[in-house]
Amino acid sequence: MAEIQIPDELRYSSDDEWVRVEAGRVIVGITDYAQQQLGDIVFVELPGAGASFKKGEAFGVVESVKAVSDLCAPIGGKVIEVNDALTDRPEAVNEACYADGWMVAFSPSDPEEIDSLLDSEAYRKHVEARSD
Amino acid sequence: MSDRRTKVGNTANGFSYEEPLIFEHSTDGRDGFSLPELDVPPVDPTELLPEGAVREDLRDLPEVSEVDVVRHFTRLSTWNAAVDLGIYPLGSCTMKYNPKLNDKVASLPGFAAAHPLAPDELMQGFLQLCHGLEQQLAEVSGMDRVTLQPAAGAQGELAGIMMIRAYHEHRGEKRSQVLVPDSAHGTNPASAALNGYSVTSIPTGEDGLLHPEAVEAAMTEEVASLMITNPSTLGLFEEHIARICEIVHAKGGLVYGDGANLNALLGITRPGDLGIDVMHFNLHKTFSTPHGGGGPGAGPVGVKNILAPYLPTPVIRKLGGDEGEGYVLDYELPRSIGRLHGNNGNAGMLVRAYTYIRSLGPEGLKRCAEMAVLNANYLLARLREHYHVPFDRLVMHECVLSDKFLHETGVTTLDIAKRLIDYGYHPPTVYFPLVVAGAIMIEPTESESVESLDRFAEALIAIAEEAHEDPELVRTAPHHTRRTRLDETRAARHPVLRWQPERSA
Amino acid sequence: MRYIPHTEADVQRMLERIGVRSLDELFVGVPKKHRLERALDLPAAESEQLLTAHLQALSEQNASTQTHDWFLGAGTHAHFIPSAIETLVSRSEFTTAYTPYQPEISQGTLQAIFEWQTMICCLTGLEVTNASMYDGASATAEAALMAMRCTRRNRVVLASGVHPHYADVVRTYLSGLSAEIVTTLRAEDGRVSGLADLVDDQTACVILQQPNFWGCIEDLKSAIEVAHAHGALVVVTVAEALSLALLTAPGEIGADIVCGEAQSFGVPMSLGGPHVGFMATRQKLLRQLPGRLVGETTDTEGRRGFVLTLSTREQHIRRERATSNICTNQGLCLLMATIYLCLMGRVGLRKLAELNLAKSEYARSRVRETPGLSLAFEAPSFNEFVVRLDGDAAESLARAREQGIVAGLDLAPYAPDLGNAILVCTTELASRESIDRLVEALAGGAA
Repeated sequence: MAEIQIPDELRYSSDDEWVRVEAGRVIVGITDYAQQQLGDIVFVELPGAGASFKKGEAFGVVESVKAVSDLCAPIGGKVIEVNDALTDRPEAVNEACYADGWMVAFSPSDPEEIDSLLDSEAYRKHVEARSD
Repeated sequence: MSDRRTKVGNTANGFSYEEPLIFEHSTDGRDGFSLPELDVPPVDPTELLPEGAVREDLRDLPEVSEVDVVRHFTRLSTWNAAVDLGIYPLGSCTMKYNPKLNDKVASLPGFAAAHPLAPDELMQGFLQLCHGLEQQLAEVSGMDRVTLQPAAGAQGELAGIMMIRAYHEHRGEKRSQVLVPDSAHGTNPASAALNGYSVTSIPTGEDGLLHPEAVEAAMTEEVASLMITNPSTLGLFEEHIARICEIVHAKGGLVYGDGANLNALLGITRPGDLGIDVMHFNLHKTFSTPHGGGGPGAGPVGVKNILAPYLPTPVIRKLGGDEGEGYVLDYELPRSIGRLHGNNGNAGMLVRAYTYIRSLGPEGLKRCAEMAVLNANYLLARLREHYHVPFDRLVMHECVLSDKFLHETGVTTLDIAKRLIDYGYHPPTVYFPLVVAGAIMIEPTESESVESLDRFAEALIAIAEEAHEDPELVRTAPHHTRRTRLDETRAARHPVLRWQPERSA
Repeated sequence: MRYIPHTEADVQRMLERIGVRSLDELFVGVPKKHRLERALDLPAAESEQLLTAHLQALSEQNASTQTHDWFLGAGTHAHFIPSAIETLVSRSEFTTAYTPYQPEISQGTLQAIFEWQTMICCLTGLEVTNASMYDGASATAEAALMAMRCTRRNRVVLASGVHPHYADVVRTYLSGLSAEIVTTLRAEDGRVSGLADLVDDQTACVILQQPNFWGCIEDLKSAIEVAHAHGALVVVTVAEALSLALLTAPGEIGADIVCGEAQSFGVPMSLGGPHVGFMATRQKLLRQLPGRLVGETTDTEGRRGFVLTLSTREQHIRRERATSNICTNQGLCLLMATIYLCLMGRVGLRKLAELNLAKSEYARSRVRETPGLSLAFEAPSFNEFVVRLDGDAAESLARAREQGIVAGLDLAPYAPDLGNAILVCTTELASRESIDRLVEALAGGAA
């Protein structure tokens, strides 16, 4: 397995999503560890803009050839933007999971939930604990 | 190699043909049919039928001669592996030899050209056969009654869980859950969900077995049923099965037996005697009906008497007393779950399975179980030192290995499977059961001779060596097939599910 | 035992290698108290020779198209089967292979399925189709389930002309889910009636059969307009697949799912199974389609090949959240149908459909002019229609049987309101003389 990229500036959920706060919006995607575990991603199912989710609730699905994984909302909020480009190019999640492979942007219902997420160091430990 | 290629033609290797799609053979005006002369007045469909009801043309269907069609499909057949070419050790699929007698009798016109809705008196031979098969399957499994209607194991599961649901509902109980061990086939949870049940997974113990404590912990009066495969998909007999059934029964639940692995138990023990209340049979596994490239199968279901009122209709009944002699299809079963099949089940498969059971008799069936178990243990004995064995003990009809010993080489179970193809073998089931990472699940069946097993084991041992000596060779296999590894990612990302003609605008 | 190769010497050698003394010891995992201590109570093994005779004798107690003139259809149709089909599907490489899990050594099966998918798309007028369902009835039930998933609604409207067995299977399949199933009325002319009164905004789908169980050709266009106005999907099920060669493809006029039974395409009637169900839909509903799918791809050297694809919809991966529990389908019957469609081809299949229509029109005209017989419905039909009798239907059928004719299906259990009525099917197997004999036999009691 290739070395796992865990950018310092992002926050993480224990379900292997990353979040980036950007002008009041919370961008969400899956981590490098998650995309490596899944392998070649062939399909991403995302909600429509306007849908609301509670923290931990499944907001979408990501599929590889032989596996299906729920996408769990790292924080509660309303979806304000969706990365529609993934419909035609799901491989963007493999190629650049922290950039073109982003999935949705949330307007958080409770911005304090962001503080409860893991920082990069804590997430790295979380990953290593499972790799043994 | 390429310099030895022939200058023209569609083969690079003698009789190993490339074969285009049938549509690419199509030539306007060519045909492969023969119809009788019209002996009634001709009609014009567009005059006879309402405006807009008649379609224009079947453009996209091919225009080819009978010769084209016969060569096309004969050539395609040569691209397949098959039981009749050699060992096909797919775990959990019981790819045993399919006797030719069975196919021959099923194609007799009295079976193949007979109709399901003919009056009972015009299908007495078939009904007698079905009645006999029901009794035989009941005796083999220790069940009281059998329905032959389900078309496949998965439909049998659906029927079985429906009967369980009907049983609880008739008793005024609304149960909401079904328990399924984590080693189960995916059809089990899917069948439970189709019945509106939520599914609770129960963990397999360290020794690969299901333990009474785990069932006890999950078992409540909300649980309608436990679905269990015995022997399990790890090839192990569930030693605690009787105790587990007691625990489920004590809370009012019923136990569903997945019969996929029944081959190991024939004449040895009977699910019904162990406490199973309902089970399906896979006639295409245990009872040798051909797998057909993915069906048709047949999935009869056996039940204890408590579930008999809920059997699908119609049921086959032997007449007695004042009724005279013979057999009838009986629809009078007020609490029946209803009908699952458009007709009476996959009759052609029933004829084959009946013939198989009559060919083997009680000793022959027991011999199947014994030799299947002997073969699996023999392979395990030959491979134990060369592969990782997650549950190393005597097994039933199949053994499960894993790729754990190869981690530093980068070679995986998938690579081993593909390299086996180069050695001329169909690979085992891989990556199932899910509880073993990198599982290689081998079910040799009783059909393989010791020499066949030796050759197969030697191939696997050679591949284990290759994985260490030349991992790249294994990782890029197969090398000797007419297609190398196919890009499944591409297929899934951008699905192309039909041929498209190149039409000029 | 000719199917098991082990000699006693082999067994001993193998036991030694395993390290146990007896076969019995291999079963150490099966607790002693659970062992069956007797032989199974089954008939003793029989030789191939005597068993062949026994099965021959049983088969001869069944009526078939070889013993009777056959006018019974109702979802299982007596068509001629070209000889090449049996020869080809008897090849062991097809019969004794399994689901093509390993594509590099299963291209024969995979390519044949890809060809089937293409031809079913052509016939149904839809964009995607799967690698078969068990039969027409379960395909219809799966279509209802699919429509419920797609719309997240739970009401299913069944047209009166849906095959009663299909309707039963739909009810059985949906019985564990909180679904509401309602059935429309039948119009005087045999077609669907009162659809608009039953379709509402909670309706997942309307299921129509074309031609319907009574043989009548439905006006699909109007039905589709009604359903779509409420956001419901339209399922068209086809019990006589040959009709697709003649009638407008349901997908082209708006049907969302087209499913049914393809037994008519070269698959033996075989007492009701194995047959082969099909199911097609629109591209946008692809992810909700149950069953196996074959897709085109390339190998590492860029050569075209075929694989099972989009498996994440299926039970072995998605388990309780799968689109269906279906696993094994009807592979070999699919192959029969594929070969049949290739042989008949673009021209032959249409000609055969027109031949069936002509036979049926002739039979209908004979019924119209024969005292004691009449047509129950005046709606146009394909190769099946309902004959109403002045005399007793059961007696007429019995009388015909004595003359070597299986004249049709007694509709008493299915539609008692029709009185004495039978469903009659005339395919290419029916000669003009046999149709004349049929009409005479049925009329005999009324004269």
